[in-house]
Amino acid sequence: MSDAMPNSLHTREPPLLQTIGLTKRYGDFLANASIDIDIFPKEIHALLGENGAGKSTLVKAIYGLIQPSAGEIRWQGERIVLSGPSEARSRGIGMVFQHFSLFENLTVAENVALGLDGKESFKDMSARLEQVSKTYGLPLDPRREVWQLSVGERQRIEIVRALMQNPNFLILDEPTAVLTPQEADQLFIVLERLKAEGRAILYISHKLEEVKRLCDTATILRGGKKVATCNPRQETAASLARMMVGGEIKEVKAAASRQTTVPRLVVNDLTLAPDEPHGVRLEHISLELKGGEILGIAGVAGNGQDELFAALSGERLAKDPGTVVIEGIAAGHLSITLRRKLGAAFVPEERLGHGTAPRMRLSENALLTGHAASGMVRHGFIDTAATLKTVDKATKTFDVRKAKRDPEAASLSGGNLQKFIVGREILRNPAVLVVSQPTWGVDAGAAAIIRQALLDLAASGAAVLVTSQDLDELAEIADRIAVMFHGRMSVPLAAGEATREKLGLLMGGSSLDQKEVAHAARA
Amino acid sequence: MQLVLEKRAERSNTIALASPLIAIGLTIATMSILFAVLGKNPLLALHAYFIAPLTDGYSLQEIAVKATPLVMIAIGLSLCYLANAWNIGAEGQFLIGAVAGSWIAVKTQGTDAGAWVLPVMLLLGAIAGALYALIPAICKVKFGASEILTSLMLVYVADLFLDYLVRGPWRDPHGFNFPTTAEFDPVATVPLLIEGGRLHLGSIIALLVVAAAAVLLGRTIKGFEIRVVGAAPRAARFGGFNANQLIILTFAVSGALAGLAGIIEVAGPVGHLQPGISPGYGFTAIIVAFLGRLNPIGILIAGLFLALTFIGGEQAQIAMKIPLDVTKVFQGILLFYVLACDSLILYRFRLVFPNRQVARGTG
Repeated sequence: MSDAMPNSLHTREPPLLQTIGLTKRYGDFLANASIDIDIFPKEIHALLGENGAGKSTLVKAIYGLIQPSAGEIRWQGERIVLSGPSEARSRGIGMVFQHFSLFENLTVAENVALGLDGKESFKDMSARLEQVSKTYGLPLDPRREVWQLSVGERQRIEIVRALMQNPNFLILDEPTAVLTPQEADQLFIVLERLKAEGRAILYISHKLEEVKRLCDTATILRGGKKVATCNPRQETAASLARMMVGGEIKEVKAAASRQTTVPRLVVNDLTLAPDEPHGVRLEHISLELKGGEILGIAGVAGNGQDELFAALSGERLAKDPGTVVIEGIAAGHLSITLRRKLGAAFVPEERLGHGTAPRMRLSENALLTGHAASGMVRHGFIDTAATLKTVDKATKTFDVRKAKRDPEAASLSGGNLQKFIVGREILRNPAVLVVSQPTWGVDAGAAAIIRQALLDLAASGAAVLVTSQDLDELAEIADRIAVMFHGRMSVPLAAGEATREKLGLLMGGSSLDQKEVAHAARA
Repeated sequence: MQLVLEKRAERSNTIALASPLIAIGLTIATMSILFAVLGKNPLLALHAYFIAPLTDGYSLQEIAVKATPLVMIAIGLSLCYLANAWNIGAEGQFLIGAVAGSWIAVKTQGTDAGAWVLPVMLLLGAIAGALYALIPAICKVKFGASEILTSLMLVYVADLFLDYLVRGPWRDPHGFNFPTTAEFDPVATVPLLIEGGRLHLGSIIALLVVAAAAVLLGRTIKGFEIRVVGAAPRAARFGGFNANQLIILTFAVSGALAGLAGIIEVAGPVGHLQPGISPGYGFTAIIVAFLGRLNPIGILIAGLFLALTFIGGEQAQIAMKIPLDVTKVFQGILLFYVLACDSLILYRFRLVFPNRQVARGTG
């Protein structure tokens, strides 16, 4: 039996699924090093770890997507070699991915049909779909097209699709990352019910409070190795975090008091049609951000945050110059380069391919945004020394770990590249910084450094706008928090008043102000 | 045991340099087999192709003459390709440049026009090439038409237009009805570098173009813009660079260089306008651009190498009766291997030995 199993409950029943010495090697990189894990029926088993700890590799092996380099998988006591996901499904292993694989232009029922291996007719399948969704309290209209659905509804399709194969064992990869707190609560009810039916669930997450609340057992991975298996209810969030990170995480400290100064970024009634078929239309967005202030924007992904970033950065231009005002100058019609010259800086959500050119060196990526206003270009010629100096400075100030002085952007880990990108912009001493998902997929150490840097930047007088799906992050750094829903923005709440419940309601489209309910509840 | 292709953490600069050489090696091996199948001694054939042209002064000059248009066109194409704009129609821009420049030569024929004639011809050739290249570029930017198709189709338009001119209005009245203009006057001819030789001023211009491109790509913000738009379009937009403007610019520059090469060829080695002034320079230059790694110095070397295959092909035809088309086969195989070897820059082969039985039977 497992080494540190504190729960005597499991000794009576044999495990449903076991991995013994499971190892996966990619070239010289050991993604999973001899991992043993036991998963029992009637158990919600958490798989915890930072990005790159090997969680995805492990579940991909269990689901048959990749073949382990060594070790074995046992299913109901019997050793199995999975030829692929369809064999895993036929044995009773289901999986719901973090990134959905749905066709936007097809209906719910059509999407489910495409994901099933069975031979039943479309009509029977649709009937069964309605029945399953009703039984588990996952309401879905089989005839609606996916693009009309919210992220939470899309996830329901994935879960129902997995449940229709009646799995004994269900893997969920960060299911609550895209949900409002209220939607997450509903999901937990479904998961408890599946557990009561005798099924096992492997629950991947890095939200520790959630794991403590929901899970019976937790296995913690770090650097491809299993660190411990424990009962999360007997641990504290801090002790779980320590096991994940392998050390203490630095506390982020805000300056005791920050002086707010003049408005540095103002948005006036910004309305912008989408430039993509299923994009979000921005409607009547207004905000005012003073120097020394951090405004957080919460919201479920796909509610207009990307469109707002493009409109603020100048990647998309507005017709009316007055809709975006930077440092008192109407900038709605100005290009991103001219906005940078006004003192604005931008950090997009995607690190590779948007924030940086992946196959270019860091010095070239410093030039990418620095050519506008950082003295890196003279008479059309590049000052290579100046670009390298920016790299060195960002490396030193933000502790960017890399193999050599000037490597390609793609060779850095997510956290280190994000530190470089944030550093590159902060070193320009911007008056306004617009940053989207600053710590998405970044390890805890790097996240702390980045959040501290944003706080310090605001303390030095800059206006900082942070879009994030992580409510804990916003609570940690923002002075005020607004919520985006269907391309509209709520009135910002002071950080002290912005409880999870209030934000959750706004994220789900309810309005705290009754008069606006009709507006927001657009189908 | 299985052979897998896995991604490298960072691009391999060693392979980036070695890849063209590996490709040339594989091409020569393939060609040897082909020669053997044709019933020729592969060693003698390879000697005729690659060694014999290097042994006499005349052939060496001829290599430089052939390399001149290849290098000039390929430099322009490399700018397009780096910026992810696919100009396949350099052959047409070459022909239109030749036609536009020849217009001055034909109009001033037999007059006492002075030394201004040649510079104006070169300028006009470049401008016409640029304008001709702008047609597919503008169609791409305005209407989203594939520049690959439109630029290629315009090659045939240019070809037939030239054909019409030399058979019709511009035909030499004393030319025994051959489809050709009269021989250009001395003021309309590119001067030779060596009296009685073949090497002409165009080769110097080509070298200047190579140097200018090296500075542009390596040292200037415009060159950076070209590289980043091609390598990461979204990041380029975030950097404030406009991809559409760049398509227009790179097409215009590459069209101008192709047009300039066209008029230099006509006013230099050929001496008059006629059909068939190009043995496919505009297409061969695509191979030169890729074989040279889209790098100006690399293109200079690759241009000389492909010029060698033209000369070697002629020698092999004369000496061994190997069909001239074999040269085109050679060039095609070479491009194929270059593109294949390029995948090794970002990927590497690796032999995988599963150390336990688990992975067996996985197909």
